[in-house]
Amino acid sequence: MTSPHPDTWMRVTPKGLFCEPAGVYIDPSRAVDRAIISHGHSDHARPGHRAVLATAETLAIMRARMGADRAGGSQQAMALGAPLDINGVTIRLVPAGHVLGSAQVVLEWRGSRIVVSGDYKRAADPTCAGFEPVPCDVFVTEATFALPVFRHPPAAGEIQRLLASIRLFPERCHVIGVYALGKAQRLIALLRQAGWERPIYLHGALIALCELYESLGVPLGPLLPVPPLQKRGKAEAGLAGEIVLAPPSADSTPWSRRLADPVSCAASGWLRVRQRAKMRGIELPLVISDHADWDELLATASDVQAPEVWITHGREDALAYALGTRGIRARALHLVGRGEDEDEALPEAAPEPAPAA
Amino acid sequence: MSGSLAAFADLLERLLFTQGRNAKLALLRDWFASQPDPDRGIGLAAITGDLGFATAKPAMIRALVAERTDPMLFDLSYDYVGDLAETVALLWPAPEHPEPPPGLADVVAALELAPRASVPAMLADWLDRLDVSGRLALVKLVTGGLRVGASGGLARMALAEWSGRPVEEVEEAWHACLPPYLPLFDWLEGRGPRPDAAGAPVFRPLMLAHPLEEADLAAIAPETHRAEWKWDGIRVQACAGPSGRRLWSRSGEDLSAAFPEIVAAMEFSGVVDGELLVLRDGVVAPFGDLQQRLNRKIVTPRMQKEFPAAVRLYDILFDGAEDLRPLPFDARRARLEGFLATHAPARFDLSPLVPFAEVEELAVRRATARAEAIEGLMLKRADSAYVAGRVKGLWWKWKRAPLSVDCVLMYAQRGHGKRSSYYSDYTFGLWRGEELVPVGKAYSGFTDVELVWLDRWVRAHTTARFGPVREVEKALVLEVVFDAAQPSSRHRSGLAMRFPRIARIRADKPAAEADRLEVLAAMVGKG
Repeated sequence: MTSPHPDTWMRVTPKGLFCEPAGVYIDPSRAVDRAIISHGHSDHARPGHRAVLATAETLAIMRARMGADRAGGSQQAMALGAPLDINGVTIRLVPAGHVLGSAQVVLEWRGSRIVVSGDYKRAADPTCAGFEPVPCDVFVTEATFALPVFRHPPAAGEIQRLLASIRLFPERCHVIGVYALGKAQRLIALLRQAGWERPIYLHGALIALCELYESLGVPLGPLLPVPPLQKRGKAEAGLAGEIVLAPPSADSTPWSRRLADPVSCAASGWLRVRQRAKMRGIELPLVISDHADWDELLATASDVQAPEVWITHGREDALAYALGTRGIRARALHLVGRGEDEDEALPEAAPEPAPAA
Repeated sequence: MSGSLAAFADLLERLLFTQGRNAKLALLRDWFASQPDPDRGIGLAAITGDLGFATAKPAMIRALVAERTDPMLFDLSYDYVGDLAETVALLWPAPEHPEPPPGLADVVAALELAPRASVPAMLADWLDRLDVSGRLALVKLVTGGLRVGASGGLARMALAEWSGRPVEEVEEAWHACLPPYLPLFDWLEGRGPRPDAAGAPVFRPLMLAHPLEEADLAAIAPETHRAEWKWDGIRVQACAGPSGRRLWSRSGEDLSAAFPEIVAAMEFSGVVDGELLVLRDGVVAPFGDLQQRLNRKIVTPRMQKEFPAAVRLYDILFDGAEDLRPLPFDARRARLEGFLATHAPARFDLSPLVPFAEVEELAVRRATARAEAIEGLMLKRADSAYVAGRVKGLWWKWKRAPLSVDCVLMYAQRGHGKRSSYYSDYTFGLWRGEELVPVGKAYSGFTDVELVWLDRWVRAHTTARFGPVREVEKALVLEVVFDAAQPSSRHRSGLAMRFPRIARIRADKPAAEADRLEVLAAMVGKG
C-alpha cells in the first residue's frame, strides 16, 4: 500500500495548518478546539484554545504571558520524543533550537510523515535544546531569513564586539534592544559564557520571563532591575560601564534618561544589512538571531531528506527557487498572521522626514 | 600587517553607526593608539578622502559577483539590500578554507601599482580572504564610496586629543605631509621634528574671532583696535608659489577645483586671508548666490559667468617665503596693501578699514549697515600677531543683532545620541491667511531646562505621529531668531531662514498672535 500524500491529511485553513485525521491545529492563528503549539512566541501561541498540547516549558511560558485562564482550557505537557496517538496519527515533539521549550511537531499517518518545524535555528544556544533533523515526506519550514545575504556570524564573535565597545566607552552604558522571550535570555547566557560576571540590568518588561527561565533550570547569573532616575542632576545618571537589556526602542523613551549617555545596541538577524541598522539609529548592531539563516535553511532541507518543503512565512520566493534548483519541490503556504512576530519582527519603518524644512 | 584590514573594517562600521562627535573622536583616538604604521595613516587618509585612487567601477564589482552567484538570487538580494557594495559583501561566497586576510597597507600599495587589467583578479582574491565587514570595507575603499561622517577636521581634532598637541599645530603639520603621514605620527609620538611645509601651497590654520559681548566693548578703543566689515561670504585662504596654488576653506578643505577663476588669478607668491564672495561690478551678491557655487566638484563656464567669484582680502600670512604672522596687525596691513599694489591680481581686492573716533560711532555704523553682504563688524587689536585658532581678546566679531519672528510650533522630532529620548528638533510655521506654513527648523538656542519643558509639552500635545516625528497642537509660540531671510524654492512658504534658533518660549502668547508670513517676507534682503 502506498502512503497517502501529505496534502490529503494536512490542510491550510484560515486558522492555520490543520491535521484532519487527528482533528488538531498546529500553531493556529485564532482560538480553536485542539491545538499543538510549537513555542511561546505570540504569533505561534495564541490565547483561548480549548485544549493545548506543547512542551512543559512552552506551557509555562504561555501561562506566564497570557495568564493561566487564557493559556488553554486544558493543557497537556508532552515530553520531547515521547509519542502520542490521536485517532491513528502518531505525534512527537522534537527540539527545534529556537527558544526554551521550542519543538518541531512530527506527525505520522499511515506511513506518511510531516514535520512542522515552527521556528528554528541550527546554531548552538545555551538556553535551549538543539535542533534535531527528522527525515520526512514533507518538511514545513519558516523562511524569515531566506535570502543569501543573511548569514549569521558566530554569536560569540558578536559578544566580543560588544565587550570591546564597553572597554572603549567605559563612561557610557550599553543598552541592548532585545525581545523579551528568547533573545534576552540567550544574550545573557552568551555574556556569561564570555566571562561577563557583573550583574546585568533589566528593563521591567524583561524581568518576568528571565525569572521563569531560571525557574525552568536555565541559569542566568546576577540580574538587577534598572534603578529609577536619581533626581539630583545629570551627574547621577547611572550604570556607566554596565550592560542593560531593554525592549527594542525603549532607549528612545524617557525611561532611558536614567542611563549614562547610553550606547544604543540591538541584537537581531536583520542587522546584518547595515543600512537597516543605520536607519534605526543603532550605534552597535549585534547580528544574533534565533532563526535559521540562509545556509541553515538549505542545510536543513537537505538533512531531513524531504522531497517536498512547505514554506509558512518569510521570503518564500528565494527559498522556493533555491530548493527548486536542488530538486526539492517547494510551496508557499501564505499562512495568515505569521511573521507579525514579536521575536524578530521587521524593523520599524524608515523615519519619515519632517513635513517641512 | 595581517588583520589590520579587519580592524579598519571595524572602525568604518563603528563610525558609520556613531552619531555623536565625542564618540567618533574616541573611535579615532583608539585607532591611532592601537594601529601600526603605515596602516593607521592609510586608514586615516581613506576616511578623510585623501587617498588618491578609485580603481574599480561598480560594474566591475558586479561582474565579479555575477561569476560567482545565481543571477536570480543576486537580483532578489540586491533588491532587498538596495546597495551594491553591501549586497556584494554579503553575497560573496567565501571558500571553505580561506587564506589569511590581506593587510590594509598591502591592499593600498598593490592598488597603486597594479595595471588596470589585473585589478579584478586581485580584488576577487582579497574578497575570498575577508569576512563580511572586511569585504564591505574593501569594496567601498576601491570604489571610493566611504561615507562614514568623519571629516578631515574631526580627524585632526582626534589627532590633537590623542597626542596632546594643539589642534592648530596638528593642522599645519598635517597639510605638510602626505598619506600615510609617517613624519606626522613620528612628531606626534615624540620621535621626530614637526613636519614643515616650506614652500608648498599648504593650508595654514586661520586666526578666528570671538563673538563680542556688551561687556567686552569697554576694552575697545580707536588707539588700540582696528575695525573692518565682516562680509557675508566664506573665509578662505589663497596660497600660491612656485610649487603650486590652492584655495582653502577655513577648515582646510581644498576649494581650488570649484573656483578655477580664482586660482587662475593668483598671480603672486604668498598666502593671503580673505572672504570669498560673488561680486558683480564691485557689488557683493547675497550669500545665496555664492551657495550656487559651493559643494560642486566641477563648475561650468556658465556658472562662472553667472556667479562671478572674487576674494576680498583681510590679511596676509606670507609674502613670498617670508612668514609675516609674527608681525602686528598694523604692520601686516601695510604689507597687504603693498602686496596688492605690487601684484594687482584680478579678482582680489582689499577689504577697507572702517575708521572710527569712538566706540559709539561703531555701534551706529553696525546698526545702520543694512547692505545684504555685511554680517557686522570685525574688531582687531592693532598689535595682534596672526595666531592660529580662537585666541580670546585679540579679534572680535560683532555681528548685527539677529532678526526675529514669533512662530508657532508645528512638528517635533526626536534628536540623536544624548538627545534620542527628547523631542529636540522643532519645525515651526507662520500664518498665511488661516493656515500655518512651515518656515524653518531649529534644534538649538534653548537651555537644558527648556528642552525638558519642550519635550514634555510635545508629548502632552501630540496630535499625530509619523515615525520619529510628532505633529503637535498649533498652540505654542516660539520666538525664533535668525541671521537672514532668503527666498527659497525648496520650502512651501517660499522663504528660508539662515541659522534659525529658538530664542525664547512664549508660552504666554496665544498662537493666533504669532507673526504672519508677510513679516518674514519683508525681512528678505535685510539680513
